[in-house]
Amino acid sequence: MIVRIEEKGPVVLIEVKEERLDAHNSGEFKNQMLNLFEEGKTNIVVDLQEVRFVDSSGLGALVSGFKNASARNGNLKLCGLQPQVKSMFELTRLHRVFEIFPSSEEAQASFS
Amino acid sequence: MKDSIEVDIKVPNQTRYLSLIGKIGEDIARTLKRYKGDREELAYHINLVLTEAMTNAIRHANEDDPQKMVHITITILDKVLNIRVYDQGQGFDISALPQPNFTGLDDHGRGIFIIRALMDRVSYYQSNGGHVLEMEKVLS
Repeated sequence: MIVRIEEKGPVVLIEVKEERLDAHNSGEFKNQMLNLFEEGKTNIVVDLQEVRFVDSSGLGALVSGFKNASARNGNLKLCGLQPQVKSMFELTRLHRVFEIFPSSEEAQASFS
Repeated sequence: MKDSIEVDIKVPNQTRYLSLIGKIGEDIARTLKRYKGDREELAYHINLVLTEAMTNAIRHANEDDPQKMVHITITILDKVLNIRVYDQGQGFDISALPQPNFTGLDDHGRGIFIIRALMDRVSYYQSNGGHVLEMEKVLS
């Protein structure tokens, strides 16, 4: 699971550099987020602009990250969702759970 | 002349083959010149149901056993898409799966819900020493 992690002030930006977020790599992605939480980072933006396919395991990993962030009084927000990926969130009603932004800049700005 | 396709594949029981099978499903959708709906959306949906069904076979039915195989058939005949995913394991109780909790937040449990939402008919039954998850969709 290739990600690019960058600290942008109080927010950590995770750019997922994979076409698929699925049952094969979602476990690793969960662990990558857990590492950040263990370092005390609780405000996360996940940028999915390169992801063209997400399955239920991918959604599960994001939900897990969201729960962990919330439990630590932080937040996990999403940006860059391609249309079919956005449809997945709507199908499973997760678009009402996550704050979803068009761009990374808007997502980061929403934390202040 | 009808659009008629039959694809029969066996892969090892490992999640690293999900993208291969998903891509085959997408490419099949893209061959359907007479499909009246959104072909790219259909491609995503076929990729998705194949991925979800295969993951269920690998994780739950075949219990992540690397010695087992997953057998998949994708058939289009008379405008009906039929996908079968065969596992060799103990199977799982499809009727015992609860509806996903849309108000709470579960990490798991959305796979079969997604398959049922996207396909017209879904059934799971015994076959040849294992089980098969069969999914059908009428293509417009």
